[in-house]
Amino acid sequence: MSNLGSDPHRHTDMLDGREDHAPGDEPEESAGHWVRNANLGLGFSVVLTVGAFLLAASDVIYPPAIPVALIVLAIAQMGVHLVFFLHITTGPDNANNVLALAFGILVVFLIVIGSIWIMDHLDQNMMPMEQMMRMQR
Amino acid sequence: MSDGGSPAMGDNGSPAVGDGGLPASVEALRRVREDPHRLGHRPHGPREVVAGAGHGATGPANKRVIVGYGFWIFLLSDIIVFSCFFAAFAVQRGATAGGPAVAQIVDLNRVAFETAALLLSSYTCMLSFAATDARNRLWTQLFLLATGVLGLGFLLLELQEFAELAGQGITPQRSGMLTSFFGLVGLHGVHVAAGLLWLATMMAQVQLKGFRPEIIHRLMCFNLFWHALDIVWIGIFTIVYLMGSGA
Repeated sequence: MSNLGSDPHRHTDMLDGREDHAPGDEPEESAGHWVRNANLGLGFSVVLTVGAFLLAASDVIYPPAIPVALIVLAIAQMGVHLVFFLHITTGPDNANNVLALAFGILVVFLIVIGSIWIMDHLDQNMMPMEQMMRMQR
Repeated sequence: MSDGGSPAMGDNGSPAVGDGGLPASVEALRRVREDPHRLGHRPHGPREVVAGAGHGATGPANKRVIVGYGFWIFLLSDIIVFSCFFAAFAVQRGATAGGPAVAQIVDLNRVAFETAALLLSSYTCMLSFAATDARNRLWTQLFLLATGVLGLGFLLLELQEFAELAGQGITPQRSGMLTSFFGLVGLHGVHVAAGLLWLATMMAQVQLKGFRPEIIHRLMCFNLFWHALDIVWIGIFTIVYLMGSGA
């Protein structure tokens, strides 16, 4: 846990594990390892980013699979950021943060997947553009 | 009043527990109070609650937890705004109206530099917060300055990209794809610009006011904001630039 002694009861030098975590607080199991966490996060991120850029420019894997591979790498890197930079953990003191995150992800997926799905169907059901232009003339 | 048939009540009016043979509702009440799955709580019950932890009858959680959680909610709603722009781009990516396609407007070299700048600034931002944790004003300021310089470099590269595209007549009003492209990338750029203003304000506040509790809360929120911007950029460089360059 972080020792940000910014709240009254923390000036007693007594860290209490029963307190909820704010996002960005150090997780209890790696207390005092800010720099180690930052280095790990940077290391993982660099590997995943360089991997994504190399993959996009090469034909190492089956080309139609590249977009899927890129999305997998991006989601992995977002996870790395959440864990090592934002310090979101699965501990019980983090339940509120994780629940909010889960709801956020649900809404994001509804918006993105829903838009793509609906607009794709709309596109298929629409009259071809040149035919529409001819009718408008 | 006789207590025959009704749940037995203790002297202080609370339901008595553990008498055996009690109705199921009393048992359920006990379970709820002890919170067997400990959702959002440390195991408690027999142990006494801590003031400032937001548990029991000790009042709200302390300010740091509330501020951090509230800002987390804001960040998630901001990410939902970004997801609308992502959805617009995903839908419009083929709508070029005879103009340039995505593959013709992306420059992967510049994007690689932008990505490196933003990732390194995220790293220095976290180091500055580590210095804040150790109450070291000099290193806090130095790492915040490094964060700002890297963020400014990112913003200048993005402005250069937009200026180059505009010079070739590639502007937001050219096609639906370009509208959503400039909207998404531009919205992220506006966020970075606002973050830089905030960062300069925080450096002044740390210098003049020192590590007062509210200043540390603001630094924590800035830290979260800057990391969230990096998370959004991961989505942008993957979906817009890398996937666009191949398609």
